[in-house]
Amino acid sequence: MRSPPEVWTILQKDLRLELRTKEALSGLVVLVVLILLTFTFALDPEGAVAAAPAVLWVTIVFAGLLAVQRAFLSERENGSWYGLLLCPVDRGAIFAAKLAGNVIILTVAQSVLTALLMLFLGLRLPGSVVAFVLANALGLIGFSALATLFAAISVRLRAREMMLPLLVLPLLVPVVICAVEASRILLAGGTAASAGVWLRVLATFDVIVTVAGWMLFEQLVLE
Amino acid sequence: MALAIRSRLAPLADRILPAAATTAMLTALWCVFLYVPNERMQGAVQRIFYFHVNAAWSAFLGFGIAAAASALFLWRGRIEHDRLAQAAVEVGMLFCTMVLATGPIWARPIWGTWWTWDPRLTMTVILWTIYAVYLVLRMVGRDDPEIARYAAVLAVVGILDVPLIMVSVRLWRGMHPSVLTAPEGTGGLQDPRMMRTLLVAFVAFALLFLWLLWLRYEGLRLRDDVRELELRIGARHEARG
Repeated sequence: MRSPPEVWTILQKDLRLELRTKEALSGLVVLVVLILLTFTFALDPEGAVAAAPAVLWVTIVFAGLLAVQRAFLSERENGSWYGLLLCPVDRGAIFAAKLAGNVIILTVAQSVLTALLMLFLGLRLPGSVVAFVLANALGLIGFSALATLFAAISVRLRAREMMLPLLVLPLLVPVVICAVEASRILLAGGTAASAGVWLRVLATFDVIVTVAGWMLFEQLVLE
Repeated sequence: MALAIRSRLAPLADRILPAAATTAMLTALWCVFLYVPNERMQGAVQRIFYFHVNAAWSAFLGFGIAAAASALFLWRGRIEHDRLAQAAVEVGMLFCTMVLATGPIWARPIWGTWWTWDPRLTMTVILWTIYAVYLVLRMVGRDDPEIARYAAVLAVVGILDVPLIMVSVRLWRGMHPSVLTAPEGTGGLQDPRMMRTLLVAFVAFALLFLWLLWLRYEGLRLRDDVRELELRIGARHEARG
């Protein structure tokens, strides 16, 4: 089992690239702000606070789909995809590194988004901050695992911008339901225990999809 | 070996399945419209149940076969399994669409609404979207030699996701009737003729399912054969210059 250091090496490369170009993150943060603004214009101010968990996750999902696609698209555009595949590493390690990179970028975007939600909608700090952070992290890992796996497919297809949401959204239903419900309970002042059942389903989803992704990723990059 | 079984099975399937499915379906129609009595509370509209439930079973059977065949394809890499998976998804989608069409027709007079977000309804519509995407993927990637593996990965991840989708949508309470598992005396099929009609319709749907699956499987095989012949003819023309 030599994978973890290899995962770290690939992740380091992606993070260094991102820190130097700031390509993915700058676009993603501005997109998140724009989607949020669009929501606040469209929402009735009275019901805006109640809709906050839905706004949070719908924004992250749609902005995230574009960010995740970039993780593979940039390899192809820079002509480094085959170099990466030729690396003497388990293909699953490439998946794990790309997944970790996506989770990190999306965590930054989601932190900005949550701060802005508090600013724009007057959202208050949740009762249990730790549980809220945990719910967000579990939701992001589940989303990223699913989206990273299918981005490896969509990046190869002609209609890739259309295909990634099509592939991901139906299978993402458990994440959307559980993450929104957990966020709603916690933002309304609920305790960690009251959101427990949703967090457990999220954690199960994360484990199943991450393991399946690690094992199946190889099938998608046999070229 | 597989070829020998196929060549002996093919004429049998081509001749027997259409006749058997047609006969069974006509019998089922007769049962549903003329033989079975009206349900006491719901009236005539309950008769749609016999087709609705059997269409649902057929759809789930199709999706189950697709998942198993996709896993086999990823494991063994045999093109027959890929064809079976695609044929099963297509047939499953047909029956799933039928479920989603017959449900609201019954729900409108009985529940007073075309649609509710009951777990079973939600589950069915999500399944429908997953396999609709499967078919779109196959259409978009028609010329991609890797598309069979992509589609198989989607089918396998899809089936792994199904229990999780079920759990999450069930955490909202439901109102869908449980006809077959209802406790004694509170519902279910009170008249023995109802059970008989359900069984006849079940056989009819199973035969129709098999026939359609066979037709689609053969269609996909012929498509691949034609493609290979075209390639060979093209190669011969090139060799002649």
